[in-house]
Amino acid sequence: METFLGIDYPTLWYLVVGLLFSGYAILEGFDYGAGAWHLFFRKDQSRRIAINAIGPLWDANQVWLIIGGGALFAGFPVMYATLLSAMYIPFMLFLMFLVLRSASIKFRSAEKMLWWRKTWDIIYSVSNISISFLLGVVLGNVLQGFEIGPNYSYKGGIFFSFLSPYALMVGFTTLSIFMTQGAIFLLLKTEGKLHTRLTFLLKKGMLFFIVSFTITTLYTLLFIPGVTDNFKENPLFFTLPILSFLAVANVPRLVSKKKYFQALVFSSLTMAFLLMLVAFQLYPTLLISTIDSAYSITIYNAASSQKSLGIMLTIVLIGAPLLAAYFFFLYKTFHGKVTLDDTSY
Amino acid sequence: MDVEILARIQFAFTIAFHYIYPPLSIGIGLIMVIMEGLYLKTGKKEYEVLTKFWLKIFAIIFGIGVATGIIMEFEFGTNWAVYSRYVGDIFGSALAAEGLFAFGLESTFLGILIFGWNRVSPKVHFISTIGVFLGSMFSAVWIVVANSWQQTPAGYHIVGEGFYARAEVTDFWAMVFNPSSVDRIIHVWQGAFLAGAFMVLSVHAYYIRKGKFVEISKIAFKIALVVATVVSFTQLISGHSSADGVAVNQPAKLAAMEGHYEKSAPADLYLFGWVDNEKQEVTGFGVPGGLSFLVHQDFKAPITGLNAFPKEDRPGQVNAVFQFYHIMVSIGMFLIAISFYACFLWWRGKLFETKWLMWIFSFSVLLPQIANQVGWFTAEMGRQPWIVYGHLRTSEGFSQEVSANQILFSLILFLVVYALLFVLFLYSLNKKIKHGPYDDKSQNQLETI
Ligand code: HDD
Ligand code: HEM
Ligand code: HEM
Repeated sequence: METFLGIDYPTLWYLVVGLLFSGYAILEGFDYGAGAWHLFFRKDQSRRIAINAIGPLWDANQVWLIIGGGALFAGFPVMYATLLSAMYIPFMLFLMFLVLRSASIKFRSAEKMLWWRKTWDIIYSVSNISISFLLGVVLGNVLQGFEIGPNYSYKGGIFFSFLSPYALMVGFTTLSIFMTQGAIFLLLKTEGKLHTRLTFLLKKGMLFFIVSFTITTLYTLLFIPGVTDNFKENPLFFTLPILSFLAVANVPRLVSKKKYFQALVFSSLTMAFLLMLVAFQLYPTLLISTIDSAYSITIYNAASSQKSLGIMLTIVLIGAPLLAAYFFFLYKTFHGKVTLDDTSY
Repeated sequence: MDVEILARIQFAFTIAFHYIYPPLSIGIGLIMVIMEGLYLKTGKKEYEVLTKFWLKIFAIIFGIGVATGIIMEFEFGTNWAVYSRYVGDIFGSALAAEGLFAFGLESTFLGILIFGWNRVSPKVHFISTIGVFLGSMFSAVWIVVANSWQQTPAGYHIVGEGFYARAEVTDFWAMVFNPSSVDRIIHVWQGAFLAGAFMVLSVHAYYIRKGKFVEISKIAFKIALVVATVVSFTQLISGHSSADGVAVNQPAKLAAMEGHYEKSAPADLYLFGWVDNEKQEVTGFGVPGGLSFLVHQDFKAPITGLNAFPKEDRPGQVNAVFQFYHIMVSIGMFLIAISFYACFLWWRGKLFETKWLMWIFSFSVLLPQIANQVGWFTAEMGRQPWIVYGHLRTSEGFSQEVSANQILFSLILFLVVYALLFVLFLYSLNKKIKHGPYDDKSQNQLETI
């Protein structure tokens, strides 16, 4: 098997996918989170500001989903195919809410009628909440494992089996992380009354996060077999949960000091550490078969050929700096508090 | 209904809906680059107004294109799991490249394009417009490469047996430049330019007819007319070249396009007609031996017909392929005719006074749209029963674990959401067009709450 810096290609690609998903969680995390709070802002003006805070950025942030999805398809087609066809219903709902979310951003402020704006506000908020929640639900299912039989085929229930209690818990946790992230982001972008209200909302968000995170963690440790196996072999990685805990603890402190940008960095780090935790816990498995571990999908039996992975790694090496430069330029252009003008939504 | 049929209907519906928007974005993108370039060069206010006006329409179209495109990316996995495993190795790198090189470029610069007028200098804004335009051109490249590979596979070998069989890349560039990709990318780009150019022509012809914004509309009309004339003519060339490729690489498709059944005989070129697949007859009007002439420059040269292939290896919907193909070609010819005639009148100085022509132009936006759709239907239905030509059948490619009810559920879901989206799209387009190119500086605010 070919290697680069002593790491084999499937593992490298696993890292690439992991990085892309973390980028997606961090960037779209604040978009979805900001949207999830939407109905908590009462004035039309506040709602417009909240939407315009993500206005020029969300389309670009969404690219992380597209690239992440593409990277999964490209590097681990077997995983991509099995995951999506097994999680058919949640993914279709997820996609539908994505469409509704884009539509509400575009159309909400296009008319002045009150009922029009209120209807879109509801659709917008519900979509953002559902998207965050469904992402967590899918993650929960992945952590628990699927009933995968021979030929990578899914043998589990079809319509509602994705809604297991554990998956619901991970769903709520994801929602709460995104809401925390979203509130901090909005704090960075707003001033005045809305800002004061957000400070208050953020506290609720943090509480929601701490409660759901604790419950989920306890449940994971007690009921999901084998999660700590990888950790026992390599105790060094116990630093990950500790780091993520420290990162969370830092957020309220920074917020109270009005260091919102640092707070955002730390809440992003929390997400990154948690995802690393998941990634490390699963490695080298991608999907555990609950029927027989011989049927599990791993990065080795799911991966594309060495040749293909090599080509894609080259593509990433060329493309990633370009993408980073575009993002830098975009965020620099729209740095600072939101101001509404004739180009705003 | 069985899973395969449902999966096909659902996929065809969602991709056809997606494909309403990207061609418009690409085409309008080109026109905006020209308009803004002229603005930077001449400093004339009119060009600025036009650029800003089309930018607003572009923003709506692009937004829906993005929203519906994301669905497509995930539908390979949900509906066509077996196919995804089979082609992942090949297809994946094209999709990954598309994401990084194309969508990354267009989506980041989109923010600056739409919201950046007051934040960046005109030059930087112009660069962003070009960035978005190039990004959208690239998205077409990679996705058409992926599709062309499944039409005419190259640069791969098959590894594994039975269920575990899959295609692996052996030669990346041979995969990218497979026998049909270059012809098809050019043809698709041109289809997109036509979609955009005719949309601009339509809107401004409408203004001219109504006597509104006449002076500025004449400017925009002329710009779009130049694009339309050049592209509609060269579209014929790239289409012909595509057909030549099809004759070599997918003879069963070519035979279906003209309803040619006999194993090996000279084939006719129909202007219009109706295919009876049972009786293997075409009733219609055309040039005897015309297809033979186009392919071999000889009216008597034999062309492989459908009967040369076993029934299970050739497209079943021959009449549909025939009709779709002929609609596309007829529209292509019509577009050439009206754009050349309009140029002639322009030269005689009578263009904008010719009421009936302006009337035709104000509806012409629909024609490239239809041609684009039926073009894809021809290409895709003519490829059947293969999902990867010659290797994997559509009946083997769908997700085995997904049930008919699940697909039906998602199909209904998307029918409803897309219907809503389409109504909103037409509504806001109509509103933008009614409002016209000039800003009235009204604040988009609710004072009362
Ligand atoms: C890269 C892949 C790709 C691309 C760019 C397209 N398609 Fe496609 N299309 C497929 C990949 C595909 C497919 C996944 O391979 C399908 C599903 C079933 C099949 O046979 O091919 C398919 C089927 C399919 C069918 C159903 C044919 C049948 O079942 O008889 C239609 C009508 C279209 N497509 C239409 C389009 C349109 C309007 C496109 C333009 C945007 C388009 N396709 C681009
Ligand atoms: C099944 C095939 C397809 C898939 C999976 C797909 C996927 C996508 C995705 C994920 C997006 C959103 C990208 C973003 O956020 O910027 C998108 C938008 C876009 N797609 Fe597609 N697409 C398909 C077919 C096509 C075809 C055939 C074309 C053109 C010829 C095309 C051209 C575009 C363009 C130009 C955009 C930008 C948005 C717009 O212009 O409306 N796509 N597509
Ligand atoms: C003028 C005469 C035209 C000819 C001879 C022609 C020929 C063809 C042929 C042979 C194909 C099938 C290619 C394949 O399956 O590989 C095709 C596909 C297609 N055509 Fe045309 N075409 C013409 C005009 C147009 C026009 C005016 C448009 C749109 C404005 C258009 C849009 C398309 C599209 C979108 C496809 C599907 C993509 C592809 O397979 O390339 N065509 N055309």
